[in-house]
Amino acid sequence: MLTFMASDSEEEVCDERTSLMSAESPPPRCCQEARQGLEDGENAAQWMPWPPGTRASGPQPAGWSFRLESTTQTAHVHFHDTRARRRRAHRGRSLWPSPCGFPQRSQDSEEDFEDDADHYVCGGVPGQPSGLEEELTLKYGAKHVIMLFVPVTLCMIVVVATIKSVRFYTEKNGQLIYTPFTEDTPSVGQRLLNSVLNTLIMISVIVAMTIFLVVLYKYRCYKFIHGWLIMSSLMLLFLFTYIYLGEVLKTYNVAMDYPTLFLTVWNFGAVGMVCIHWKGPLVLQQAYLIMISALMALVFIKYLPEWSAWVILGAISVYDLVAVLCPKGPLRMLVETAQERNEPIFPALIYSSAMVWTVGMAKLDPSSQGALQLPYDPEMEEDSYDSFGEPSYPEVFEPPLPGYPGDELEEEEERGVKLGLGDFIFYSVLVGKAAATGSGDWNTTLACFVAILIGLCLTLLLLAVFKKALPALPISITFGLIFYFSTDNLVRPFMDTLASHQLYI
Amino acid sequence: MTAAVFFGCAFIAFGPALALYIFTIATEPLRVIFLIIGAFFWLVSLLFSSLFWFVARTITANKDGPIQKYLLILGVLVSVLIQELFRFVYYKLLKKASEGLKSINPDETTPSMRLLAYVSGLGFGIMSGVFAFVNTLSDSLGPGTVGIHGDSPQFFLNSAFMTLVIILLHVFWGIIFFDGCEKKKWSALLIVLLTHLLVSALGKSQI
Repeated sequence: MLTFMASDSEEEVCDERTSLMSAESPPPRCCQEARQGLEDGENAAQWMPWPPGTRASGPQPAGWSFRLESTTQTAHVHFHDTRARRRRAHRGRSLWPSPCGFPQRSQDSEEDFEDDADHYVCGGVPGQPSGLEEELTLKYGAKHVIMLFVPVTLCMIVVVATIKSVRFYTEKNGQLIYTPFTEDTPSVGQRLLNSVLNTLIMISVIVAMTIFLVVLYKYRCYKFIHGWLIMSSLMLLFLFTYIYLGEVLKTYNVAMDYPTLFLTVWNFGAVGMVCIHWKGPLVLQQAYLIMISALMALVFIKYLPEWSAWVILGAISVYDLVAVLCPKGPLRMLVETAQERNEPIFPALIYSSAMVWTVGMAKLDPSSQGALQLPYDPEMEEDSYDSFGEPSYPEVFEPPLPGYPGDELEEEEERGVKLGLGDFIFYSVLVGKAAATGSGDWNTTLACFVAILIGLCLTLLLLAVFKKALPALPISITFGLIFYFSTDNLVRPFMDTLASHQLYI
Repeated sequence: MTAAVFFGCAFIAFGPALALYIFTIATEPLRVIFLIIGAFFWLVSLLFSSLFWFVARTITANKDGPIQKYLLILGVLVSVLIQELFRFVYYKLLKKASEGLKSINPDETTPSMRLLAYVSGLGFGIMSGVFAFVNTLSDSLGPGTVGIHGDSPQFFLNSAFMTLVIILLHVFWGIIFFDGCEKKKWSALLIVLLTHLLVSALGKSQI
């Protein structure tokens, strides 16, 4: 799901587990109302029954304020992250890590908002007639797209490199219990039927898990979800890594004794758990999330039968579309519940790339990028092998665009993009399957890769236009599937014939 | 064949394009996006040309002989036409996009049309070069002897240089094409089309 959201890693409780982060653009309201709403939400948030060790101070809930200025021709809307503004006002204190890893919120930050309130005019969002002119600043849109291209590309590279070199992941060694029907049937019709049945079972498992998660969240069983996610990340970080390492060592015929292996896997897994569930450098956290998505994608590629995999990819993008956009869809209900409670939804499966911008500069200041990235992003979770509901929350989140010319240069705003790990996984499954079964053809893999990137680009563009929760899978997977089948069947013979005659078009 | 052949041919074919990418495109996110969209447009054009060739081949019922050769040549010519058509479509899209960007961000410098011409040409070129050469390249890592059936032993080297040439030519064609479109000089478009046909037809001697 894609939506706008400020990088709220500071506000989230480090033990909060959400599998989905999205927030609808709040309806346009007067600045006074906005302030009111924020204060109310803040009070409510302070009395949430969070797990111990969290929320040293009442973090401000997600707040939006709109600054509108009229121009001659086009309308302008600058979205603000009020939390960012408050944080800026108290930089000295605000970046000090609290016990749960979040910067402390000063309670006297209201006056900052007071100042802001003077600049705000009531207005609306695009698509909602406001009578005032609005402008959507796409100043940082391109940067966000690239911030997502890079991790998606890295994940795909890891998956494709493994598929092409390690034979284990292309061997057929049985199937998951979620896909019980075999594809080893004599007739094409039977095979098709079996793959459709496999897909139905898999999708119903995912739907069931999703609904279970929503129910748990609705009834505030945070401990259960917390435990579930820790179990799944343990399995991914230790068991799957061990298997992966074993297969890679086998492929390259490198001997490793058990003590070294134990030490390696233990260190890798322990650091991973700490980075993902607690505190750690952002880059390390991102790397772990990419590794985990790649491992998960490799498992899918290995254990899903051929045709079932393609049908599942298609079905899950349809499910994603339905779940995010339909009023009674589970993901949408999750979003709305989280919004009612004014708390961020569980960030399990969320990849975040927080960046620090100096407001007033058109470009990102490279020197500030490394130094001031938020080191703590403890709500990052990984996908869980058991809870297949979670892969259905692919989302991308965009924080509100800052664009407040006239700010002092010392003030900095935090902007990050968040993408659900389910997206990473299914993109990589598509590209990995193309690499595994494209008859050794690199063109198919590359075509799928480009198609997925273009889909992601288009999805982000739609996000900038619609500014509400959007699913990230459908467009990319559709393009990917179209390009896979057409490249494999049409382009490949053409290019092969051309290459063998050394003809260049 | 050896790793030396692999790396040598890879860098011959893609070295300049990689250098151009690293030094001019990778720094600006907007340019990267336009590059990838350009690559996508080339891919779509290739899709249509393959479709045409496939249909033509199915119609002639896959008979072997000279008909396949003529079909291939026809396929190449149609492919060139479709590529140039998609370059024009991309030009139109970029024109609209840069107008949109200008209206949204009047204070920020949007990329000029010439820069976009370069980026789009590079996108087309990289995709074209990669699609033409990467399978050959991956074969060069495996076992085998080049030219064992009497073909030229310089197959890899020839292909690598030809790929390099095609990539650079796409960049130049992109710039000339967009310039011609901007100044409404249709002769420039014709020159691009003719030179593209010429370069592709040069390979005809290989058949």
